[in-house]
Amino acid sequence: MDSKKNNREGIGGMANPGRYGIERVAYWLMRLSGLGLLVYFIAHIYETSSILRGEVGWNELMAMTDTPEFHIVLIIVIGMCVFHTVNGIRVMLGHGGIGVGRPTRPDYPYEPASQNMRHKITIYSAIVLAAVAMIYGSTVLFGV
Amino acid sequence: MSDTVKLRIRRSATDDFDEFTIPVQKWTTILECILYAKYKIDHSIAVRYSCRQATCGSCGMKINGKPSLACFTKVSEIDGDTITVEPMANFPVIRDLAVKFDRLFKNHRDIIPYMNNDPPDSSRMHLQSPEELDRFIQFANCIKCGLCNSACPTMATDTSFTGPQALAQAYRYVADSRDKDKDKRLRIIDDSHGIWRCHFAGSCSQVCPKGVDPAMGIQLLRGYMLGLND
Ligand code: SF4
Ligand code: FES
Repeated sequence: MDSKKNNREGIGGMANPGRYGIERVAYWLMRLSGLGLLVYFIAHIYETSSILRGEVGWNELMAMTDTPEFHIVLIIVIGMCVFHTVNGIRVMLGHGGIGVGRPTRPDYPYEPASQNMRHKITIYSAIVLAAVAMIYGSTVLFGV
Repeated sequence: MSDTVKLRIRRSATDDFDEFTIPVQKWTTILECILYAKYKIDHSIAVRYSCRQATCGSCGMKINGKPSLACFTKVSEIDGDTITVEPMANFPVIRDLAVKFDRLFKNHRDIIPYMNNDPPDSSRMHLQSPEELDRFIQFANCIKCGLCNSACPTMATDTSFTGPQALAQAYRYVADSRDKDKDKRLRIIDDSHGIWRCHFAGSCSQVCPKGVDPAMGIQLLRGYMLGLND
């Protein structure tokens, strides 16, 4: 069945981070940073494999990547790496049922215990740490 | 709050919105707005409802983009004077706001949503302590409204996913000390489109109108399957 018939929201609905709080934003950033790191990983293997062409091949590629554009890409990679790691630890613990609260007899207005403050603080911390790492990365790469 | 609101209803025949001006009071619910439009302006609007008190789980729909129960959402809770209602996402549309629940009910049935045990020896029921009851009673509040499945980002892209509703119910019965079908149930959800497909986005718990917190049940169940909790 196609997605129209199923009324599925598809990638657009999956990615829409606006309606469900910071947890859904984290979910979206996690996917995006995961894909970004995968692309970087493949490119990195290609880059380091240039050593097989000897010192000349290696130096050629180093000269090619030593540009402001590539530095910006590297700074984004640093941010993705830090966010993915910190948020990944949160999600892994959560997946094991750790830190998601305990069942109770809920009272109105219902506040889902699995979306507790610890998770929110960890998500914001992951974003802040990623930003700090990117700023540090820029000072190193651009020497400012 | 003004005395009227603009109600926009997505119609399946035209795949577009019809607009209605509805008189409201502080306590008017979205369902009452839709029924006003249906009774007084356009009889052809299709909407499903029954209890009008967040008990039957029939009136789930997207209200201003977010899955909600129409009978449990008041006009006064909505920002602005325009209310947009659409059928729940991730459910095939029958007509207008009425959607098909076949897949939700199938997934629910598949996880064996009932207790399996030998009859008790005496005339007494199976006994259970309050602590044992507390482990699952929250999940027994589920009214099968489907809002969680509609909000879930995995449901948005994977038609084979068991979904938060059924997975939370799997936890409800696995955590029930009286039940003897744990292993059978765990084998059913131990699938790449089963419990392992949940990515803990938590949107299911944010929209649940009964405080079930499906995300918690799913993670606790996964922890149990991984041997991390009892
Ligand atoms: S878990 Fe909550 S949102 Fe999901 S079907 Fe049950 S009552 Fe509805
Ligand atoms: S009409 Fe029963 S839940 Fe809304």
